[in-house]
Amino acid sequence: MSAAPRPVAAATGSDPYAPKGWSLTLESTGAILLALIWVLPLAYAVWAAIHPAEYTTRFELTAPLTLDNFARAWAAAPFARYFLNTFILVTMILACQLVLGTLAAYALARQDFWGRDVAFALILAQLMIMPDALIVENYRTLSRFGLIDTIPAIALPYIASAFGIFLLRQTFKTVPKELDDAARVEGARPLQVLMKVYVPLAKPTYIAYGLVSVSYHWNNFLWPLLVTNSVESRPLTVGLQVFSSSDQGIDWAVICAATLMTSAPLLIGFLLFQRQFVQSFMRAGIK
Amino acid sequence: MTNRATATVHGWLLLLPAMACLALFTHWPAVASLVESFHSTPRGRRPARFVGAENYQQMLADPIFWKAMSNNLWFALGTIPTSIALALLMAVWVNDKIAGRTWVRMAFFTPTILPMIAVANIWLFFFTPQYGLLEQIIHAFGGRNTNWLGSQDTALYAVTVVAIWKEAGFFMIFYLAALQAIPLNLGEAAAIEGASRWTYFRRVQFPLLMPTTLFVLINAVINAFRMVDHIFVMTRGGPDNATTLLLFYIYQVGFSFWDTAYAATLTCVLLALLAIVAFVQYGFLERRTHYR
Amino acid sequence: MDRRDVLSGAAALAGTLALPGLARAQAATEVSFFYPVAVGGPITKLIDSYAADFEKENPTIKLKPIYSGTYQETIVKALTAHKSGTPPVTSVLLSTDMFTLIDEDAIVPFDSFVKTEDDKKWLAGFFPAFMENSQTGGKTWGIPFQRSTVVLYWNKELFKEAGLDPEKAPASWAELLDFAQKLTKKDAAGNVTQWGVQIPSSGFPYWLFQCLSTQAGAILANAAGNTTNYADPAVVEALQYWVDLSQKHKVHPPGIVEWGTTPKDFFERKVAMIWTTTGNLTNVRSNAKFPFGVAMLPAGKRRGSPTGGGNFYLSKKATPAQQEAAFKFIRWITTPERAARWGIDTGYVAVSPAAYETPAMKAYAADFPPALVARDQLPHAVAELSTHENQRVTKALNDGLQAALTGTKTPQKALEDAQAEAERILKPYR
Repeated sequence: MSAAPRPVAAATGSDPYAPKGWSLTLESTGAILLALIWVLPLAYAVWAAIHPAEYTTRFELTAPLTLDNFARAWAAAPFARYFLNTFILVTMILACQLVLGTLAAYALARQDFWGRDVAFALILAQLMIMPDALIVENYRTLSRFGLIDTIPAIALPYIASAFGIFLLRQTFKTVPKELDDAARVEGARPLQVLMKVYVPLAKPTYIAYGLVSVSYHWNNFLWPLLVTNSVESRPLTVGLQVFSSSDQGIDWAVICAATLMTSAPLLIGFLLFQRQFVQSFMRAGIK
Repeated sequence: MTNRATATVHGWLLLLPAMACLALFTHWPAVASLVESFHSTPRGRRPARFVGAENYQQMLADPIFWKAMSNNLWFALGTIPTSIALALLMAVWVNDKIAGRTWVRMAFFTPTILPMIAVANIWLFFFTPQYGLLEQIIHAFGGRNTNWLGSQDTALYAVTVVAIWKEAGFFMIFYLAALQAIPLNLGEAAAIEGASRWTYFRRVQFPLLMPTTLFVLINAVINAFRMVDHIFVMTRGGPDNATTLLLFYIYQVGFSFWDTAYAATLTCVLLALLAIVAFVQYGFLERRTHYR
Repeated sequence: MDRRDVLSGAAALAGTLALPGLARAQAATEVSFFYPVAVGGPITKLIDSYAADFEKENPTIKLKPIYSGTYQETIVKALTAHKSGTPPVTSVLLSTDMFTLIDEDAIVPFDSFVKTEDDKKWLAGFFPAFMENSQTGGKTWGIPFQRSTVVLYWNKELFKEAGLDPEKAPASWAELLDFAQKLTKKDAAGNVTQWGVQIPSSGFPYWLFQCLSTQAGAILANAAGNTTNYADPAVVEALQYWVDLSQKHKVHPPGIVEWGTTPKDFFERKVAMIWTTTGNLTNVRSNAKFPFGVAMLPAGKRRGSPTGGGNFYLSKKATPAQQEAAFKFIRWITTPERAARWGIDTGYVAVSPAAYETPAMKAYAADFPPALVARDQLPHAVAELSTHENQRVTKALNDGLQAALTGTKTPQKALEDAQAEAERILKPYR
């Protein structure tokens, strides 16, 4: 069952344009070469992280292995706390985005009311005017609220997401009106209809959007850099920067170890669930 | 059927939480920036006062502003088409049954997962003169030494390459989802007509991918003005502002020079730029697809 | 290195003083302070241990160190915190931020806290070169702590290979060029495999450049911080020398040299001599796989280097009790014994001559003479470039320097442009 506006391609049948023989080999070679280039920074991070510092710039197969860099990185900064902060941050943002987005999208998709188009236009404005452009004013607002150096301060400018609202609205519009009517005939109130009919049908959209949101906020840097000062509120990215910017010069071995540690959850998550992710994107009609 | 008044109350109640946040963190600051751009920066005990267009005059006379604008333009021209084209190519490849497809797909997607602030340090090593990775490779082929980040001719290219690397894999996912949703019978029909693979792509697949392309384009444009994380690590805007992008300059003026009024003025320019792009794109979008 | 003996000594001392430790609870005055930590590990641990020792001796004071990244990031954070109303009670910020902090009305001078004769003696005990950046208008606004100067590190092995005396560093500009020419090596294809000398120019090139301009006999800015002399002929001469090293004599890498990779370049034997901070001493000592020397910078018309690094500042918005407590801590951490220990553990310059007379420092210097180079250079040192609107005025110079080093402007033109920009910015402050 899918709420996608397009039918999902049947897995059966064969694509007459699928490359075969030589052209497949050629294509595979091209793809693998590009993939090698693309994965190079990650590969380097692994190399530098598991060898002593002298080998960060020399690539010899006989270089001794070590886990020392991970230990040094872990000891050098409170990464456990940073992990917790980032986890709280992305959870908080995603939860708020989904709730706010669902309510707003439902209103825009299925309610006909005065001022709806104006509201939609005002929301879409944020697609272009991203919060990053407004750092100076948003900083002022949050310091007026006394929220500087707290995790909610990092989250607040992002919790109403035009992108999320837009996607959910598109998905909700594809839900057959008859399902909605049927639920109402049975006596469901509008919010119950939303929860029982719309939300379950939009699951792929929620997953796809969740992936985008989590990877975005896990890696966001500039805004958290500005509004956080202390270990208690600093997310991983800012922690990494504080840790790698140095008067004494760059120590790639430790930085790479820290990078791998901090990205591991997302890397592993994607590795395990990549098929599901692509399918949700497909079904969500984000294309 | 409820009457229209009730529907309006319901509708706005549902919209209220999201609209309140947007008003507070998008609409209000945009307006406040505009207001502030016509005032002076308060310093110590001196309050802000109305100065008319003085900040804008200062901006027009500021060579760094113009440098940041032209850098950002080249950065946008460098990243947007290249990353979209690469994303499409990647998607087509991993949609076919090539060898090691899962791993290739994973490789393309890794940059999206790695934080820019961390990988920028790794790219810094790649671009380091003499023993950096790029230099080691070039040297193995007998090429000449280049100080990629330390020369005004190459620094902007270097940071552009990093941005492309970061973006392409993310856009690939959208194209991949869209490609997989194209019914196979279209391909069969085209094959019966005797269309070549290129014709099939150009006449069938690419037009069907148009909504995706527009969506990706919007994202790419925003990113061109948003991606500055790697600048912090790799160049800090140098050499001599060769890699200063508009948002990075706003950060410098606002949070390092403490000239908030001038920062607001620059913010207004950035907002105006984004608005222009938005109007052009929505105009285009409106004609091509029907979002109603 | 053995820091344990001193720490356990301090702990024993603290233990006797802190017997009624139970009484500390409610009445504690909390003193938060921003500390610009360079690389994570060792320095944060040291500061934490100092804070713990201090708390043991002063149970009514609770210290809360906050490690806030680079100096640049720390000043941003301190000022944003000041504007939002809850700044840290004290912060270690660049000595050059003094005028900016005064202009923002963010700090109070220390003079009102210096009451006893003992206090006065303590304040007079710092190296005068460090106080240049800490006092203005007859008041003391900063207390030197994490201070440094620029010194020259050289690779003795490479000197030997080039037929130079491995124990002798270049003493003049002419010698520096001469040595660098002998130390620059090329491969068959004409690529340079080993540079003679490198002076980093990314991020904050003005600081390294100030060495050259001082040596050329120029002073970049006046003491009131409202006039710069960027286009002075001696300054142009200094920049010309730097540019010539790379563009004319080709003994210095072309373009911008990254500060962060400079120590690594040195460890990799890609360069025979580097100019960098004394704060790198411990790093070089533990990572260089060859014998190295540390020397004062060579002389042009004179020797010279700017001082650098951070001072303690007191926030204006803190309560008098907090300020008093913070002052107590600052006074405590800058006593000769602790200044000496700090210098030994980090390589930064101990801030008072008395620190160099302590037994710990004497023993360390006997074992590792390079530790004294920074002190010996201090009589030649000048205040780091500092003006009102410091960030902007130094950025004008930074941009000019980078333009000249990347060859897009002549030194003369680059410095004239920088001076014009600085004039424009500083006009309201006269």
